[in-house]
Amino acid sequence: MIIPAEYYLILATVLFFIGVFGFFTRRNLISLLISTELMLNAVDINFAVFNAYCHPEHLEGFFFTMFGIGITAAETGVAIAIIINVFRNAKSIHIKNLRELKY
Amino acid sequence: MNYSQFFSMIPEVSLLAIFVAILIFDLVATGRYRRMFHAMVCLLIIPHVYVCMEFGGKEQTLFGGMYYTNSMIALMKAMLTFGSALVILQAHRWLRSTHTYYKQGEFYILLLSTLVGMYFMLSARHFLLFYIGMELASLPLACLVAFDKYRHHSAEAGIKYVLTSMFASAAMLYGISFLYGTTGTLYFDDMIAGITGSPMQIFAMVMFFSGLGFKISLVPFHLWTADSYQGAPTVVTAYLSVISKGAAVFTLFTILTKVFAPMTAQWQLMLYILIVASITIANLFAIKQTNLKRFMAFSSISQAGYIMLAVIGGTAQGMSSMVYYILVYIVANLAVFGIIETIEHAKEGEIVRDDCNGLYKTNPRLSLLMTLALFSLAGIPPFAGFFSKFFVFMSAFDAGFIVLVFIALINTVISLYYYLLIVKAMYITPNDNPIPHVKCDLFARISLGACLLGIILLGICSFVYIGIDKLTF
Repeated sequence: MIIPAEYYLILATVLFFIGVFGFFTRRNLISLLISTELMLNAVDINFAVFNAYCHPEHLEGFFFTMFGIGITAAETGVAIAIIINVFRNAKSIHIKNLRELKY
Repeated sequence: MNYSQFFSMIPEVSLLAIFVAILIFDLVATGRYRRMFHAMVCLLIIPHVYVCMEFGGKEQTLFGGMYYTNSMIALMKAMLTFGSALVILQAHRWLRSTHTYYKQGEFYILLLSTLVGMYFMLSARHFLLFYIGMELASLPLACLVAFDKYRHHSAEAGIKYVLTSMFASAAMLYGISFLYGTTGTLYFDDMIAGITGSPMQIFAMVMFFSGLGFKISLVPFHLWTADSYQGAPTVVTAYLSVISKGAAVFTLFTILTKVFAPMTAQWQLMLYILIVASITIANLFAIKQTNLKRFMAFSSISQAGYIMLAVIGGTAQGMSSMVYYILVYIVANLAVFGIIETIEHAKEGEIVRDDCNGLYKTNPRLSLLMTLALFSLAGIPPFAGFFSKFFVFMSAFDAGFIVLVFIALINTVISLYYYLLIVKAMYITPNDNPIPHVKCDLFARISLGACLLGIILLGICSFVYIGIDKLTF
């Protein structure tokens, strides 16, 4: 039995908007980072599904997924490095310590 | 395997060669040679402007249609390199300070890798190459924003920049995935056949737009701008405000006209709203800013709105007026940031508007250049800024957006008010102890001199615009 494409797409959509919701509500920098990771992973699922179900003749979607995973890893590396820097300066990674630059 | 294609993209390959040279020099150089590092980098990067113009201009398509270049793209690359060279020249004093001196090499390497990313963004004709170029252009910038490790503001600006950037690029990728799902290809040239303007594609376009809108910092995506600009080292702020913005605007123009051509009515409506919002909101916020870098951030948001006036028509005239606007914007904005960098060093802290009071008494030449640059940004006639604004308004007017041009004109008058506030502070407001006289070093002098020449000559020499207009796009 083949699982219909819609199921995957619904999963990806739910995952993406969980990420958006988390990005707006969480108050910890690591949680924010995880939320954006969720969004990027939802995109990867989307590409793989569209490739496998709608356009199986080429592999463009899978390639995009692979590059996407690689670039996401690089982004996470940079973000974690900056979060460590924030921690060194502010002794905390809570959002409420990032209020010096305002208005 | 045929490697000749790699050597056909001369600007990228030669920039990578410079990149490798700097990397090796950074590893091996000690003592006396290390002091020549900055001069060496400048001597490598300035001739590269010529290389971009001379060897990149041949129209060609490489890698099965993924990479495309022509004379307009080559000119744009040369302009971005020119701007980066100006930024590097201004960075000399900052790179000499205690906390940055030992990581001087990293600054050049990160800056040049963003430049390579922008080259690929400009030349991309495939969404994968475009995405990689865009991430290559924005990730090292996050490192640069957080470059002052021991300053809390820098780290705060960096984290705000990198998280917003990740959010925006995720939204953009979500849009691209739906475009791929509905058309089955990622090549710009093939995709246009599958674009029908269905609701899903409109949704995909809006999501896609958010990624580039973030880089250009148009109004709904602008919230990171002021914070990151204020917290970042001034040199990096200068780079963020002109170079990265210019590359993104050019790419947006290409994608809107090449890929989304069948949906012109939809994206024109979207841009219409964004332009009005960007110009108006940024102008209103700029008036109440006292911190000079924050003020320049809002000024740059409203300038981004003006640049989008050239994009909204989607015509060839819009293209040439946009490139001209970016060129003028590079010299004018870098002049302002160069002066902020210089007087920031004298005051040893962030500059607020009141610090400029009476600057004319102690630094007459810097004040004069600042005045000219601000006049150019505001669009006062004899300077280049007037002509660039005029051409941009002309292109939008010819495309039929008369009300929009009228709104932009009103906003120009408002912007004149806040630019003149600084001029007034420098010349008229009395101050007993203004910032002492600052002596620029040689590198900053060259950079500010180039900006001065650009501000005065680019407007008067009509052949510049005519030359841009003749290039193929």
